[in-house]
Amino acid sequence: MARKATATKAKTQPNAPQFTNEQDLEAFREMLLIRRFEEKAGQMYGMGLIGGFCHLYIGQEAVVTGITMASEKGKDAQITGYRDHGHMLVMGLDPKGVMAELTGRQGGLSKGKGGSMHMFSNEHRFYGGNGIVGAQVSLGTGLAFASKYKGDGSVSLAYFGDGAANQGQVYESFNMAKLWKLPVVFVIENNKYAMGTSIERAAATTDFSMRGASFDIPGEQVDGMDVRMVYDAAKRAIEHARSGQGPYILEMLTYRYRGHSMSDPAKYRSKDEVTKYRQERDPIEQVRARLLEAGVITEDDLKKIETDIRAIVTEAADFATNDPEPDASELWTDITIEA
Amino acid sequence: MPQILMPALSPTMEEGKLSKWLVKVGDTVKSGDVLAEIETDKATMEVESVDEGVVREILVAEGTEGVKVNTPIALVLAEGESAGAAPAAAPAAAEEPAPSMVQAEAPAAAPAAAVPAAPKFEAQADPDLPEGVEMVELTVRQALNEAMAEEMRANPDVFVMGEEVAEYQGAYKVTQGLLQEFGPQRVIDTPITEHGFAGLAVGAAFAGLKPIVEFMTWNFAMQAIDQIINSAAKQLYMSGGQVTAPMVFRGPNGVASRVAAQHSQDYSAWYSHVPGLTVIAPYSAADAKGLLKAAIRSPNPVVFLENEILYGSTGLVPKVDDYVLPIGKARIARKGADVTIVSFSMGMRYATQATEKLVAAGVDVELIDLRTLRPMDSDTVIESVKKTGRLVTVEEGWPQGGIGAELAARVMEQAFDYLDAPVLRVTGKDVPMPYAANLEKLALPNVDEVIAAVNAVTYRS
Repeated sequence: MARKATATKAKTQPNAPQFTNEQDLEAFREMLLIRRFEEKAGQMYGMGLIGGFCHLYIGQEAVVTGITMASEKGKDAQITGYRDHGHMLVMGLDPKGVMAELTGRQGGLSKGKGGSMHMFSNEHRFYGGNGIVGAQVSLGTGLAFASKYKGDGSVSLAYFGDGAANQGQVYESFNMAKLWKLPVVFVIENNKYAMGTSIERAAATTDFSMRGASFDIPGEQVDGMDVRMVYDAAKRAIEHARSGQGPYILEMLTYRYRGHSMSDPAKYRSKDEVTKYRQERDPIEQVRARLLEAGVITEDDLKKIETDIRAIVTEAADFATNDPEPDASELWTDITIEA
Repeated sequence: MPQILMPALSPTMEEGKLSKWLVKVGDTVKSGDVLAEIETDKATMEVESVDEGVVREILVAEGTEGVKVNTPIALVLAEGESAGAAPAAAPAAAEEPAPSMVQAEAPAAAPAAAVPAAPKFEAQADPDLPEGVEMVELTVRQALNEAMAEEMRANPDVFVMGEEVAEYQGAYKVTQGLLQEFGPQRVIDTPITEHGFAGLAVGAAFAGLKPIVEFMTWNFAMQAIDQIINSAAKQLYMSGGQVTAPMVFRGPNGVASRVAAQHSQDYSAWYSHVPGLTVIAPYSAADAKGLLKAAIRSPNPVVFLENEILYGSTGLVPKVDDYVLPIGKARIARKGADVTIVSFSMGMRYATQATEKLVAAGVDVELIDLRTLRPMDSDTVIESVKKTGRLVTVEEGWPQGGIGAELAARVMEQAFDYLDAPVLRVTGKDVPMPYAANLEKLALPNVDEVIAAVNAVTYRS
């Protein structure tokens, strides 16, 4: 697609950057953990153990994995919308706590009071888990404001979807972020559908990397199915933000295999489209193939990793099934802090 | 051996039709493979496999209607499981469906447990002032300005942001001089972008700062109300106590003068409705100072409702090093025995003037200034009504669901037997604020209406 070149369209590297074997292995483990965790969550939703809304990250694993690998864990802040399980797993939050939050149990990360869309960790600098589409963009810009105010050198990674990219406060945030040179990377996870509405039916311009052009915020479109491309772009973006040059936009071209939420039959897209992504672009299969091809790892080694991850997920599911619901007295706690 | 269960595919689904099998016995399946199609009341959905292995048995034939959620529909033999062991388990599962997970969740299915009692809020009394303390006459504007300056001196994490707060020195001059003292890093002019900067400030509070967000008026904060309620107020609860938003949203609220419907409105009742928020609406200069300092120190998000018309009014403020008042404590402005009048913010002006006239006419009025709307100091009001048997409330806001309506309900619940007359509300009229001078005057509460209400509840009319 021909596109008018502008100063703010940053260059994406033409060739996929290479990962070391260690990086490939790390990415493989992280992405597989998300995949298996989400499949289990979907199953538990089907069994009635998880209520309400449940938005799965299956298909988009490379985005949060590559970005988190490029960030400083424990220092850089991350914030996203309601499709948040994968972010927490990659940031190192306990899968048991995440799953128990999905089932609304006392051992959940929010004591069972937040649910799938509301989990947080000051320790890991994860700020949710936000249910209002687009709100996390202003909030994430505020995390960057705090970083600059305190001079702590951290970067804020604010994720949102192609749907949220049409919200007004996104542009209010872009303006202030650039005006005040705040260290924030806006990550637009473009999975092509805002619930059931395709980007072509919702957006006057569908190149979301250009959405910061009028604020002179550089942006690039990235193959969000290839974790190496994600990592490489994130390195550039985070370095740009950390060095005091202000915000950066990464549009991650990605795809969710499942519906918008568990109750979405996803009839607005063709089966062929989904199958094509799954068979040809799967982020995990790409890494698996690379690892085998490089000969650094055997099928048996991969099986061992699979088994280990299944064990983690099974343990999380068992915990989340058997952990008690929060005590009734929790109804009245955590509303305000007693001064 | 993993059983494939009939899944619930929406929060409300109880049963569905197994319309089509896409695998057959003997097929090898892996995670993510589509096993079957299921028809719910809303749509046809696919069931994906979570387990890996070989389909051993199909328990529910395709075309079966009314398959209950959590009924086993197939058996998959996992890799490594011995085929020999399988048959024994399979028929048992088929004949006697495993208890559904929902049923097994006895506590969830059982009748709701008794609701535990809400904790009772106990406000502290105002601090004792040193004997012979010097009282200084300040405008409300100066009092608010001093409060911010003092707290900014004490805590480097406190900063103020909003439209025209820095170089312009504040649209209503409440932030006058702050830029000169604290510099542009801590006194920040924003673009006209309420939704964005309110959200930005909440994010900064998550990360440990103490923002003071000035809205040029609360009318403009309607653009930002989602961030105030959905992000700031609910954050502590949603995070199970981990992340909070200690910050102050402040600015002029209520009816201004001749600015018509969109710029003249009282948001007291709106914000006081929301758990997680603290809502303060002071009347006097001393309360403005002492409560704004308390708000800035609060670990919770505070909505601080000022009043444009009161900015220039003066009052005596104690000259002490650190004048901080307790949040949630009403002030008894005048003790009396015949009737209780409760108000706050600008309503106190009407209530005070009415009280003067009523006292002169021999009515012993007890006048209470709520000062804080959430948490609301019911105790002070209830104690007063038990003594007087009569209550009149005064506010600028609309009547339906207003502060007066809330007070009336609380008095009904807690002091019904003490009432000698119905509770009467004096409120703004139930109309958008008109522009014409005469209509605007009619739309506002006034002193005569307060007197008439007191006469009615004391049966003097």
